[in-house]
Amino acid sequence: MPNNKDQMYGDHISERFNNELLELKTRLLEMGGLVEAQLGNAVQALTANDSVLAEQVRTGDRGVDQMEIDIDEEAILIIARRQPAARDLRLVIAVIKMVVDLERVGDEAKKIAKLALKQEEEGQTSLGSVEVRHIGNHVHAMLHDSLDAFARLDAEQALRVMKEDKRVDEEYQAAARTLLTHMMEDARNISRCMSIMWVLRALERVGDHACNIAENVIFMVKGEDVRHTPMEETERVVGR
Amino acid sequence: MNTMSPSISAEADTRSKGAAVPVPEDKPEDTVIEEGKTVGKPFTADPKFKLRNVDVSYGADRAIKNISLDIGRNEVIAFIGPSGCGKSTFLRCLNRMNDSIDICRVKGSLELDDQNIYDSKRDVVELRARVGMVFQKPNPFPKSIYDNVAYGPRIHGLANRKSELDDIVENSLRKAGLWNEAKDRLDAMATGMSGGQQQRLCIARAIAVSPEVILMDEPCSALDPIATARVEELIAEMSESYTIVIVTHSMQQAARVSNRTAYFHMGHLVEVNKTDTVFTSPQHPLTESYITGRFG
Repeated sequence: MPNNKDQMYGDHISERFNNELLELKTRLLEMGGLVEAQLGNAVQALTANDSVLAEQVRTGDRGVDQMEIDIDEEAILIIARRQPAARDLRLVIAVIKMVVDLERVGDEAKKIAKLALKQEEEGQTSLGSVEVRHIGNHVHAMLHDSLDAFARLDAEQALRVMKEDKRVDEEYQAAARTLLTHMMEDARNISRCMSIMWVLRALERVGDHACNIAENVIFMVKGEDVRHTPMEETERVVGR
Repeated sequence: MNTMSPSISAEADTRSKGAAVPVPEDKPEDTVIEEGKTVGKPFTADPKFKLRNVDVSYGADRAIKNISLDIGRNEVIAFIGPSGCGKSTFLRCLNRMNDSIDICRVKGSLELDDQNIYDSKRDVVELRARVGMVFQKPNPFPKSIYDNVAYGPRIHGLANRKSELDDIVENSLRKAGLWNEAKDRLDAMATGMSGGQQQRLCIARAIAVSPEVILMDEPCSALDPIATARVEELIAEMSESYTIVIVTHSMQQAARVSNRTAYFHMGHLVEVNKTDTVFTSPQHPLTESYITGRFG
C-alpha cells in the first residue's frame, strides 16, 4: 500500500524497508541542514570577525564527520539486508556519494572558520568582506537548493543548481582580480588578501559540491549519470 | 534563494518532512497494460526463437495475451514476474510441454530457427531433444547416475558403442560440474544424491542429447545457497554454447545470470531490456514496482 509519508520510497510490501529508506533520506537531509548552518556560520564569523562563532564552527565539524560515518553505515546495512534495486538502489548509492560531498563542504566551512580565527589574531580589517559575503550567499543558496531538489526529487531544480556554477566561477574570477588590485596598491594588504583568496577558493569548491549533489539527484530521479556530460545533454535527460 | 541565517537548519528540518513529494500515482498494480505492447527491446538481430502474437489459453482463461519476443542465439534470458503472470506457461510453449494439457490452446507464430514449432508434422520428441528442460524440483529417474544421463542418448540413438555412450556420460557430467563427485559412483542410485547434485544431474541429463536450447523453470528454488551458486556458475559456463531461458522468482538470480530480462504481468509481456538496465533503471513502472518489492 502506498504510504502517505512518501510516495516514492514508502510503498514497499515491507514496512521496515520503507522506514529504512525514509530514515536514510531524512538523515541525509539532517546532515545537509547541519552543513548549511556550518557554512553560514563560518562566513558570518569571518565577515563579522566573530571568533566565538568561528570556534563553534571548528568544533561543530566533528558532528558532521560522525553523521558521515553513521549514514554510510546505515546505507551499507540496507544494501546487505535488502539488495535494493532500481530507484531504491539509486537512492542508496546517491546518498553514499552525497554524504562525501557534504562532509567536504563541512571541511571547507572549518577551513574558513580557522582563517577567521587567524585573521582575528592579526587585527581587524574589512577588506574582501563584500566578495566573501556575496559568493558565500551564492554557494550557500546553491547548496540549499541542491538539498531541496533531493528532498523533493526535483531534477529541474537540480539542473538550475548546476547552471549556477558557471556564475560562481565568474564571480570568483572577478573577486580574485579585485584582490590582486588591492595587493598591488599596498603590500600591507597582501597577507589579508591571501587569506581571503583561500576563503573564496573554499567557497568556490562548495559550489562544486552542490553541483555534485545536484548530479546525484538527477541520477536518482532520471536513472542517468550526468557527470562529465555537456550541459545540453543534461538538459535533454532532465527534460525527458 | 535564501539568505544566510541561523534558522537554516530548522528549514532543513521542515524540508525533510517533505511537503512537496511527487504527485501521487495510482497503485502500480492497477496500471492498465495495453495488450501486445512491450516496452524496451523485445527483438534481436539474429533470433533463435522468433515468437509473434502468442496467445495461450486454458479453456476460457487467457494465460498469455498477445506476446511477441525474440530469444537471441546463445543468450541467457530470464523471465520474471509475480505468480500466475504466465512466465512458466510461456516457457513451456517453447518445447510444447503444454501439449499434454488438453484444454491448453496455443495461437500465434512460434519459430525455432525459422521453423514453426507447432507444425502438425513436427516430431515433438526431436523438438524436445533440441530444446531441453530442467524443472523446479530435481526429478532424476529411479535409476543409476549413469543410466540417468545415458537415457536420452540411448532413445535418440546417439551412441553406437558402449565407449561412445561412456564418453557422452562423462562429458555431460563434466559440463554439469558433477564428474568429480560422481565418477566413482556411476552405478549408485541417482535418488541417493543430495538435492543440488540431483539438479546438476538433471542438467547433465538435459545436455546429454546435445540440445541447442535449455529451458529452466525455477531450477534453484529447491536448492541451498551453495548448490544455487554452483548451478548459476554452470549457467554462465553453458551460455557459451547454449541458448538458455530461465524462469526465476529470485530477482538477484535473474540479475546475476541473465543478459536480458523479460518482465511478465498478468499474461502480458510488459518490458524486455538488458538485465543491467532492468535492475538499475527499468522503463516500465510495473517492472520497477515488482523488482523493488512493492508488490509481487
